[in-house]
Amino acid sequence: ADIISTVEFNYSGDLLATGDKGGRVVIFQREQENKSRPHSRGEYNVYSTFQSHEPEFDYLKSLEIEEKINKIRWLPQQNAAHFLLSTNDKTIKLWKISERDKRAEGYNLKDEDGRLRDPFRITALRVPILKPMDLMVEASPRRIFANAHTYHINSISVNSDHETYLSADDLRINLWHLEITDRSFNIVDIKPANMEELTEVITAAEFHPHHCNVFVYSSSKGTIRLCDMRSSALCDRHSKFFEEPEDPSSRSFFSEIISSISDVKFSHSGRYMMTRDYLSVKVWDLNMENRPVETYQVHEYLRSKLCSLYENDCIFDKFECCWNGSDSAIMTGSYNNFFRMFDRNTRRDVTLEASRESSKPRAVLKPRKVCTGGKRKKDEISVDSLDFNKKILHTAWHPMENIIAVAATNNLYIFQDKIN
Amino acid sequence: MFVRGLKRKCFDGEEDIEGTLAGIKAIPSYNLQRQSLLDMSLVKLQLCHMLVEPNLCRSVLIANTVRQIQEEMTQDGTWQMINTQSTGQASLDRLVSTDILCRSSREQAEGKHVPGCSTFNKDFEGDQAQDNSETMSTVSSAQAPRNLQSNVWEMENPQENKGNFQKSLDQIFETLENKSPNSVEDLFSEVDNSYYDLDTMLTGMMSNTKMGHCDGLETFSSPTTTASNSNCKSDLNELDHIVEILVES
Repeated sequence: ADIISTVEFNYSGDLLATGDKGGRVVIFQREQENKSRPHSRGEYNVYSTFQSHEPEFDYLKSLEIEEKINKIRWLPQQNAAHFLLSTNDKTIKLWKISERDKRAEGYNLKDEDGRLRDPFRITALRVPILKPMDLMVEASPRRIFANAHTYHINSISVNSDHETYLSADDLRINLWHLEITDRSFNIVDIKPANMEELTEVITAAEFHPHHCNVFVYSSSKGTIRLCDMRSSALCDRHSKFFEEPEDPSSRSFFSEIISSISDVKFSHSGRYMMTRDYLSVKVWDLNMENRPVETYQVHEYLRSKLCSLYENDCIFDKFECCWNGSDSAIMTGSYNNFFRMFDRNTRRDVTLEASRESSKPRAVLKPRKVCTGGKRKKDEISVDSLDFNKKILHTAWHPMENIIAVAATNNLYIFQDKIN
Repeated sequence: MFVRGLKRKCFDGEEDIEGTLAGIKAIPSYNLQRQSLLDMSLVKLQLCHMLVEPNLCRSVLIANTVRQIQEEMTQDGTWQMINTQSTGQASLDRLVSTDILCRSSREQAEGKHVPGCSTFNKDFEGDQAQDNSETMSTVSSAQAPRNLQSNVWEMENPQENKGNFQKSLDQIFETLENKSPNSVEDLFSEVDNSYYDLDTMLTGMMSNTKMGHCDGLETFSSPTTTASNSNCKSDLNELDHIVEILVES
């Protein structure tokens, strides 16, 4: 199994898509309630697997283009088929996933196994009839949106109009129509005329869940810009600018790096947005630009280790974050296969571990604690014992229920609320 | 001579600078660590050139860090002369043996032979991909146990040091631009040591005791703001040139 690079529930939560470093997409489907197998309710099983992207070679630059799936975004379901967008560094593809549970039998010109019938043998005409067959799930690429990005695509976001979507790379954001593959509109361009002056890149972008003219993008300097597409064709001038003033007492050479935002997500309500930087998660009220309304420390104990984390490149890890369906809780990943959940109302937080050793199936997860001081209590783990290769970068929360998907390197864990 | 507007910073035991090893280690550790961070950053920028395609965000963040360090260094004008020959030698050998940073330019000037460099060159000119990954894994595993704080760099001539910094940055970005195996030789070619004259700024400038702890680079406090001057500007222009080549690749 390959390293999972993205996880995403669809709008109903019945389907869960994962993309991996090898360019594959695996879709899981939730089992229906079944009286004869009561334990299988809520289980996710493999529904479809397909190769979305292949490695490519850019002959002009003599560089390989990785097939790793950076992001998957589902489209809202409009008919029996499911549609999703998957992207690697350069190309976005629209996939149609459809079920086939019937097949036609009784063709006139060919046999059941497909061989052509000898015309002289055909003496009568018959009408083919549909017969049930074993369920087959087919994935087919319906659109390929290519050649629009010079830099690496880091985000895609489907608009609330269900007709357009945006794709963002390090320096530009493009607006696409789902039906049109040979054209896209550039709506943000922060590439300086003189590349010597480049000091900031785009790290994530997302459309507002309700207002189809509004989107945000975050930067490597810890800022978020909200843009309104009605104001101008090229949204280089933001409508709102979100930045928290820096605390001068905690400034170090790593301040900028740890302030770089790795993910931005609107709340389901559309009133708030959440940003993830290296050490914390911040919730912003869209009406207040000068500081976040809530800040949650994910792993503050790493602040004293920033130099080592810079040395081993972990400081550049891009963690994602997600909201629960009611926007009352948020979740993000950390190291050592730990992930953190914060309840916004009670202000309680919990650290859990996604690993086979630490929990058996259907066992309740035990909260974990990282020991920062000198004396380590039993069951605590010290900061120096953390495994920085086991990082949870991608998590997803079911849109309505308390079911979460956690990607731990090449394993996918699905957890749900204890059912009484 | 001192740059106008800059206070001469003194610290206790200036006379002791050639005194005990402990004294030398404790007081200038901030600068050493900063230099280590700078070197590490340069290595990172160099390494990312060898990968499939450099992650632009990471490169920009590292370049910004390099720029920040350089700004602070030029503002402080802090170039410690540390004559800890034995420890400096040891750490330098260890560095060279990991094939990370080839100090051939300076070594050649001093007439020393650097064993690791020629091997590195050969490997690189051979089959790139395989050797690169091996080299890089060597780098990462060698760097991990290295205690930054214990690396007391051998800093002799501050101008030479500065020149090396500038030149090595330029070399890095030349290779980035060219993107060909032959350009690696440029990286290790001889350096003009009198590249940059910082006499007026550096003479007599000492660091103040910023670093209270010896815990490493994490304890950097905010740099003291001093009057900038035209020398700083040209430094920054050099650095801009770096970023240009870096990001255009």
